[in-house]
Amino acid sequence: MNDISQSPERRQIAPGGRRSLLPSTEQRERLRKRRAFKDHFSRYGIGIAGVGVVAALAMIFVYLFSEVAPMFRSASVDPQASYSVPGVETDDALVHLSLERYNQLGTSFSQRGNVTFFETDDGAIRTQFELPIPEDATTSAVATGVANANAVAYGFDNGQVSLGVLEYALSYPDNQRHIEPDLALPLGDGPITLDEQGRAIEVLGVQVSDRGTYIAGATEDGELLLASFERNENLMTGEVTLEQDTVTLPAFDGEPRHILIDGRFRHLYVADDGGRIHHYDIGNLNSVDYLGAVQVTDQGQVTKMAYLNGTVSLIAGTSDGQVRQYFPVRQSGGQHSLEHVRDFSRYQGAITHIEPEYNRRGFLVGDDQGYLGIHHATAGQDVFHRQMVEGPLSRVAVSPVNSMALIVDENAQLQRAEVRNHHPDISLSSLWGKVWYEGRSEPRYIWQSTASTDEFEPKMSLMPLTIGTLKAAFYAMLFATPLALMGAVYTAYFMSPRLRGKVKPTIEIMEALPTVILGFLAGLWLAPFVEGSLPAVFSVLLLMPLAMLAFAYAWSRLPERVRRLAPDGWEAVLLVPVILLVGWFCVAMSPHLEIWLFDGNMRQWLTDIGIVYDQRNALVVGIAMGFAVIPTIFSIAEDAVFNVPRHLTQGSLALGATRWQTVLGVVLPTASPGMFSAVMMGFGRAVGETMIVLMATGNSPIMNFNLFEGMRTLSANIAVELTETAVGSSHFRVLFLAALVLLAMTFVVNTLAEIIRQRLRKRYSSL
Amino acid sequence: MKQWYKSGAPWIWLNAGAVAISVIMVLGLIGLIAVRGLSHFWPAEIVEFQVGDPELGLGTMVVGEHVRSQTIPVQVARDAGISVPPELGEGDLVTRHLIKQGNRDVTGRDFAWYPELQMSQWQTPPDAMVLERREWGDFFGYPLRLLEDGEVVAEGEGLWDELQARIDRGNELFREIRRIERRDVGVISERMEELRLQQRGLQRDPDIAPEALADALDRIESEGASLQDEFQVLREELDVLRRASQRDVLVASVAGGEEVEINVGEIVRAVQPNSLSLGGKVAAYVQQFWAFVSDEPREANTAGGIFPAIFGTVTMVLLMSLIVSPFGVLAAIYLREYAKQGPLLRLIRISVYNLAGVPSIVYGVFGLGFFVYTLGGSIDELFYADRLPSPTFGSPALIWASLTLALLTLPVVIVSTEEGLARIPSSVRQGSLALGATKSETLWKVVVPLATPAMMTGMILAIARAAGEVAPLMLVGVVKLAPTLPVDGSFPFVHLDRQIMHLGFHIYDVGFQSPNVEAARPLVYATALVLVILIIVLNMTAISIRNRLRERYRAASD
Repeated sequence: MNDISQSPERRQIAPGGRRSLLPSTEQRERLRKRRAFKDHFSRYGIGIAGVGVVAALAMIFVYLFSEVAPMFRSASVDPQASYSVPGVETDDALVHLSLERYNQLGTSFSQRGNVTFFETDDGAIRTQFELPIPEDATTSAVATGVANANAVAYGFDNGQVSLGVLEYALSYPDNQRHIEPDLALPLGDGPITLDEQGRAIEVLGVQVSDRGTYIAGATEDGELLLASFERNENLMTGEVTLEQDTVTLPAFDGEPRHILIDGRFRHLYVADDGGRIHHYDIGNLNSVDYLGAVQVTDQGQVTKMAYLNGTVSLIAGTSDGQVRQYFPVRQSGGQHSLEHVRDFSRYQGAITHIEPEYNRRGFLVGDDQGYLGIHHATAGQDVFHRQMVEGPLSRVAVSPVNSMALIVDENAQLQRAEVRNHHPDISLSSLWGKVWYEGRSEPRYIWQSTASTDEFEPKMSLMPLTIGTLKAAFYAMLFATPLALMGAVYTAYFMSPRLRGKVKPTIEIMEALPTVILGFLAGLWLAPFVEGSLPAVFSVLLLMPLAMLAFAYAWSRLPERVRRLAPDGWEAVLLVPVILLVGWFCVAMSPHLEIWLFDGNMRQWLTDIGIVYDQRNALVVGIAMGFAVIPTIFSIAEDAVFNVPRHLTQGSLALGATRWQTVLGVVLPTASPGMFSAVMMGFGRAVGETMIVLMATGNSPIMNFNLFEGMRTLSANIAVELTETAVGSSHFRVLFLAALVLLAMTFVVNTLAEIIRQRLRKRYSSL
Repeated sequence: MKQWYKSGAPWIWLNAGAVAISVIMVLGLIGLIAVRGLSHFWPAEIVEFQVGDPELGLGTMVVGEHVRSQTIPVQVARDAGISVPPELGEGDLVTRHLIKQGNRDVTGRDFAWYPELQMSQWQTPPDAMVLERREWGDFFGYPLRLLEDGEVVAEGEGLWDELQARIDRGNELFREIRRIERRDVGVISERMEELRLQQRGLQRDPDIAPEALADALDRIESEGASLQDEFQVLREELDVLRRASQRDVLVASVAGGEEVEINVGEIVRAVQPNSLSLGGKVAAYVQQFWAFVSDEPREANTAGGIFPAIFGTVTMVLLMSLIVSPFGVLAAIYLREYAKQGPLLRLIRISVYNLAGVPSIVYGVFGLGFFVYTLGGSIDELFYADRLPSPTFGSPALIWASLTLALLTLPVVIVSTEEGLARIPSSVRQGSLALGATKSETLWKVVVPLATPAMMTGMILAIARAAGEVAPLMLVGVVKLAPTLPVDGSFPFVHLDRQIMHLGFHIYDVGFQSPNVEAARPLVYATALVLVILIIVLNMTAISIRNRLRERYRAASD
């Protein structure tokens, strides 16, 4: 439109020689088209942008869900290739099978001591080694150490043993990964004699760690021998000497079937033929203690027994299909006793194999009907259970990164299977229920997500964090709600308009204050102050209302003339000096009060009567976070009260009610939904607040409501831990879940509050 | 009394008390920050006193600034392991003073509590001085003489002026050294890195002919060698400057009378507060405050200024507003003007409004997972594959911080803009349509201009919120110490992939992660003050714009 009047040169000469001021038809046509185009362009442009923005915001939900969802996906095992186990002749037998971390090479150990590395793709043999086997002897027992030590021990019928350790050298010629496998013999090139009398080793147990090597064996006549080996390398000559120390363990009634030794060389377990596990304390080889036995099953025996990662928990499988977890628990006397911790779902057939995973508390189980199961100990979860082969499943190997499994049936036919099992350690019960963690005496809620070693059992219970969040929010609301609601009623209903115009923005400014500032003041100023003047804090709570009432009464007794000086609606201003005075008085009296009532030191006094006191505690958080939510509650509640239609209150006053009666009888009932929604909004803010709790508490994930102890909240936990965790790990996803819980919680609370408010607005307009 | 109670007056007074307490808390908090933050720069008097050991009857001299005092019951003091004269009983109180005595390199601790009971009278010797140093914190003591290459050049009367002149020279040299280290050496190392990447890319390229590869490698090597030469020249230049800055030495005595030699090149500023006039103090105050705002931090952020933090905050917020304003405004216009009004839209609107109340850390989690790892990781794979595995955009960075905050503040802008659009009287709109304007013409030429102040309000509120937000930034791009600013003279000038410093995070970091909390505390208060002022000013502006706007429409709708 503008361009028509502004461009005179476009004017046409109309017939008759007069200049027409109107554009020609085709010009108008063009103009109309251009305007229609602009209109459309703007409509669709804005539409796309608007929908895009809404979609982007919705994506927060979608994305968080997509990060959390894989945790609850069940595991899968897909067979991909099948070939007979390489390196094992038909008259030989497979005794152990393993995989390296790139899933490129598998290793088979045969009865005759052949160690064969093969390509997992097609079973082609890469290299073969031979374990040292004494002449004229045959293998009578085989044992493996903890999964990531890659150690395999052979016991022979002449009382000797051999130990081999798999080693992989990585190199990158031509930017291609090349793995060179090797078989190391840490105990020397020849076999080592375990039994001097030359009896056959029927059962063998081995453990290799950086502290040394332990080998235990049961001879054919049932004697238990335990040998510790220590390698000493002479720094000058480079000569390696091996120190062997062999002891005989106390005997028990029954025949040994399996032996396990833990990685710290403190415990040794022997399963016998009567379904029992016998427990030895081998911390001191000179005086080995027999600590008793636990009955795993009444019908049958323990057919397989294996240590989980960390060598604390042992899993026992029985001939009647039970899979049970045990670990030693320290009793009050300082002695350990083996405790039954949990059971996993029962199998139809006898358990033939238990294969622990390398870096977490998971394990694979095979039974004699060809079923393969995958379980996780901490989560108490059965993530997979399916028949994989016909007939008994004789052996399973799992990759160190849990992405591949080799499954062998009774005919030595091997199946290579892809495993997808990323988060067996997370289940609803492990997140929200009590879990019996290793080394604890009972099931508990614990959050302790990381430690320095791989052997650590992550403890990821969201309960302490949720309780901490609620605790922080509860104390904050306890402090904020009365102040904010009472303040709102006064400001909206009693306060003089001129004062209200000043007070309301002042309190609303509070809302904009960065919480990092509140947090830092709480942590660096308020916490030491509260600690130093505890009596002041409590005496203020007590004295402040009393002093206000006393002043109010005194004021009402004053002559009319004086009272006229301050008009109605200025009470708050009159109270300011009173509050300051009381505050100063309490702080000044604090040390004296401490001397009179609390033996000179209130903090010590609290500790003496059994209350734990942290400097950064729930009291400090309550005050600081209360401060942060006061403006939220105040501003919404004030709106609700202020918008109560005037004719209602005026009607009430006209009928003779006092101002306070009007508030109680008319204003509050009408505005209460609004005030409720204000409190909910405040709660929503308190639940999600991060910086204040991060800075004003000690961030220890504890489960109680003690006012003088700290807490760790969901939000602070995310802030502390998210940047330090591995992307895609269970811990990472649990933190995302925490974020999703926060999001959902605040979203629901806020939505409810918003709906209540909209209803209220409608009601006001109809009144 | 009973009647008074029945009238409900006590309740009204209690309610009034609640308001009064709230207001006192707000003002008290701002006052606390202001007083603590501002007083730090005031050249405080240096006091000197003797602390007697009651058992030996001997005294130690203490020279320093008085920080604060505390009165506590004897029992508390004893429980805390503070030595209290045994003659004091349970019911007595003791007062103690925290003295900043500096000289961390001499005494080991720069803050110490001294009980009042064992103190002699406080003196304020006029020649006591405080030196701000680049390392080891402040120095308190008395100047004795100035040495140049070991020869005494000034002593007694002219010493102070000579010292000031030489400190200026030292600062000049320091700036020169820093300029070379930062800019020139930085440019060279950047080019070296580029060459290294080129080389790696070439070696990995399977299609390249061997001769061409050899040629290219030769070229890279010769370029590398010439860069090495340039670097050598700079290093020599730096050595000369460093030697020059070590020429002058100040000999000073500390509290005990011991003589200490201080390299003048290490001194940032020297003040004798006890002999300063009021005007001099004001000048020193202004100078120190300016240094705080314009300098870089020193000593693990516990000394020096906060310029990079201010700069980082401002850059990030500006970038954020560039992103958030068009999208926020368009979304609001869409919701208000174009979308079909109905239950679905109401649901969407409530959801969008509620996103403003979602905890900010959730946005941080989203930002880290989606922007940094997913989006940034893909960008790296597509465009910066040479540099992998070291991430370019796949790690926390300025752009991700801005994007995350844009998402966080989007609801604020939408709500405010919608409110503004809703306030425009329908008569205005209908008038425009009645004159034949299309919907978009009405929108862009009538409605939007009228709603501009509302959009401004939304933007300002968004900026105020973004400036104060810390929790999400800890995840997506803020660091305690960024070696470089996000904007500088080298191409492409605004470095979106760099990490930044931020005022809010600076407060958290210095206050809670710093090894020397007592020394850092005043700086935290000062930083908090800068942030609070920034945010209050922004909010006040927004509120006043909104109020004026309301007046305007009240007039328009009448």
